[in-house]
Amino acid sequence: MVESRIIPFPRPVAADRMAQPALAGHRPVTTGHGDLDAGLHGGLARGRLHELFAASGHASQAAGCAAMLAIRANGGAAPFLWLRNERAEREGGRLYMPGLAALGGTPEKLLLATFRDDQSLLRAALEAARCRGLGALVVESWGQAPLYTLTMSRRLALAAEKSGVTLFLIRIDAEPVPSAAATRWSVRAAPSLPMAANAPGHGVMEIELLRRRNGPAGMRWRMEWNHEERRFREPALAGPVAAPVEYRAGDARRRSA
Amino acid sequence: MRGAVPPEAPVALVTKLRGMMRLAVLGPGAVAAGLRPGMALTDAQGLVPELLVSDHDPAGDRTTLERLADGCLRYTPHVAVEGTEALLLDLTGCLHLHGGEEAVVADIERRLGRMGLGVRAAFAYGPEAALALARFGRGPVTDERAAVMTLPIAALALGQESDTALARAGLTTVGDVARRPQAGIAARFGEAAVRAVRRMTGEVDSPLAFRPSEEPLIFDRRFAEPIARTDFALERLEELLTGAMVALEARKLGGRRFEAIVFRTDGAARRLAVATGTATRDGAMVMRLFRERIETLDDPLDPGFGYDMLRLTITAHDPLGAQQMLLEGGEAEEEREVDALIDRLSTRFGARTIQRFRSQDSYIPELVQEAFPAIDGPPPSGGWTMPPAGSPPLRPLTLFDPPRRIEVLAEVPDGPPHRFRWAGRLYEVSRFEGPERIASEWWRARSGDPSRAAPTRDYYRVEDGTGLRFWLFRHGLYGTGREPVWYLHGLFA
Repeated sequence: MVESRIIPFPRPVAADRMAQPALAGHRPVTTGHGDLDAGLHGGLARGRLHELFAASGHASQAAGCAAMLAIRANGGAAPFLWLRNERAEREGGRLYMPGLAALGGTPEKLLLATFRDDQSLLRAALEAARCRGLGALVVESWGQAPLYTLTMSRRLALAAEKSGVTLFLIRIDAEPVPSAAATRWSVRAAPSLPMAANAPGHGVMEIELLRRRNGPAGMRWRMEWNHEERRFREPALAGPVAAPVEYRAGDARRRSA
Repeated sequence: MRGAVPPEAPVALVTKLRGMMRLAVLGPGAVAAGLRPGMALTDAQGLVPELLVSDHDPAGDRTTLERLADGCLRYTPHVAVEGTEALLLDLTGCLHLHGGEEAVVADIERRLGRMGLGVRAAFAYGPEAALALARFGRGPVTDERAAVMTLPIAALALGQESDTALARAGLTTVGDVARRPQAGIAARFGEAAVRAVRRMTGEVDSPLAFRPSEEPLIFDRRFAEPIARTDFALERLEELLTGAMVALEARKLGGRRFEAIVFRTDGAARRLAVATGTATRDGAMVMRLFRERIETLDDPLDPGFGYDMLRLTITAHDPLGAQQMLLEGGEAEEEREVDALIDRLSTRFGARTIQRFRSQDSYIPELVQEAFPAIDGPPPSGGWTMPPAGSPPLRPLTLFDPPRRIEVLAEVPDGPPHRFRWAGRLYEVSRFEGPERIASEWWRARSGDPSRAAPTRDYYRVEDGTGLRFWLFRHGLYGTGREPVWYLHGLFA
């Protein structure tokens, strides 16, 4: 498979290094969702940069998805760092620890930093991506953030690759720009499977793989987070209601082929 | 007791003893009115209706006393705290610096008087004698030994039983006991009595536990010629740090806060401070923090006509044992890397920028978590509740503080929301769960009157047709005077 044909972005200089298969000992971050893991050949690459895009209305789904992936990457043992810009705090609300704990996270391991401007945010992100002790790094940026350029993303990706820290970059209300990210996702909410008495069930989100560095993209999955087992699963497996046919992974794959 | 209470007013501190409020400590006014420690508070108030009562706080007393002890280091390096009410100062060889005994006492009285504290001071040849004179002495003393002999036997601090036994034997003063053959005293009243008497008369020395006082960790470097290059000054600062780390190691300490001051020949001084999350003796790391701090200065360091002195002060430190050099890698190494990252980010962006969270005991959702600077160290683990098995998260991932006011269409008086408008968009509720009623913590209401506390909140977990999940609440109830208001409090993932 020739990569440059699939990736419609300028091929960065360091692309050879980025495109290497995951290093030995760097097992991929599995999601627990069978179809998704199979589609990604095992899971999300560890020690890489992953971008999550969402509209501002679905920002909490993107934050949740990043938190869940960070829990998957981390296992809850190592400290994990969450960096946000001020707009995230102002418009998205503050991160709520009981909610993080309810997702199976460990609030006592969370380090949270809020920055006035994107320059500080990216600078801190770069610094943090070099720190080997972090279990995962989440960077949440609201707005277009013109300072996040191809060069910046490459620096972040290289730092993450060197340290082995998996970096999840949440971008709310932003248009994708060429970047050195290993994967790029779009996250949005999807109706949950109701509990008894029509109560809202476990949160369901629909994610679409917008782009992948070494493989095809364009597939969509529906995922439900199981906070007890700390894994994603297909919502159809959890309850009597089947997922709508048009969202089945196979369907999406056919579409993207 | 501070403040506007006149010294002769009857004052008592009470404590709960055997299920009853009893007097613990009495002021002179209360003693004069016939009250005794151990009396029930109700009896005492019967005797003295105007009695001023406050809670006894021995730990607080001790803390205050230790602060005063630190203050007394100005007179002598040897200060000991005795019980919860006395300070012992060994002034041997220090008196001439302060102009004699009377001058020292006058100075202490003046300083403590400003804080509203009274002092009973006494000088003697030994600590027990001085304590006894301060507690039981009457009037000025010319001959300490003679004065000690006339003190009542309670001054020996042998306890109520021995005091009664000695009094029955006709011994009422220290002198009475001291002049008897000691073998007889030991046989009848125990060896402790003899030891107390011998210490009181100065025959035996008694050890004192002085508060450790250490010279501050300040390191100076003076330059023969003013130096005009900041880089050069920073290199010298690095040398000072290396020396400081050796001094810290000798004391088994690690620095937490470091302050460097660069003095210019024209008298201007620049102060730079850095802090670390864990105690450290890594000079290179601290130096990196200093460089980071200098980089983020709004106006850069300007040597002007040159620097002539550097001062490094370690303003906070913690115990830190000898360190094993670790081989490359390993978990400890990675942990240290995280600590170093926290230090660097805190130095560059401010300690309040990077936070950790601890849980608080509260029913009010926004008060459950408390943020604190990450540099203060990790929080205690646990304290966060998980949803019951099989249930989705009942608390949102993000919380609006303050909650966002929204317009809601709901059944009156206490039905669930059907539709709501937030930030100019209309959301149709397709699923809901609730209400979960969270009453206000009325005991925290300022007036203490439950009916005047903040209104009750009824929380609903709702989902709209597209799967967005919200945490809404109705503030207040119908029929309580105020119309209830709806708020959006959080968003579920």
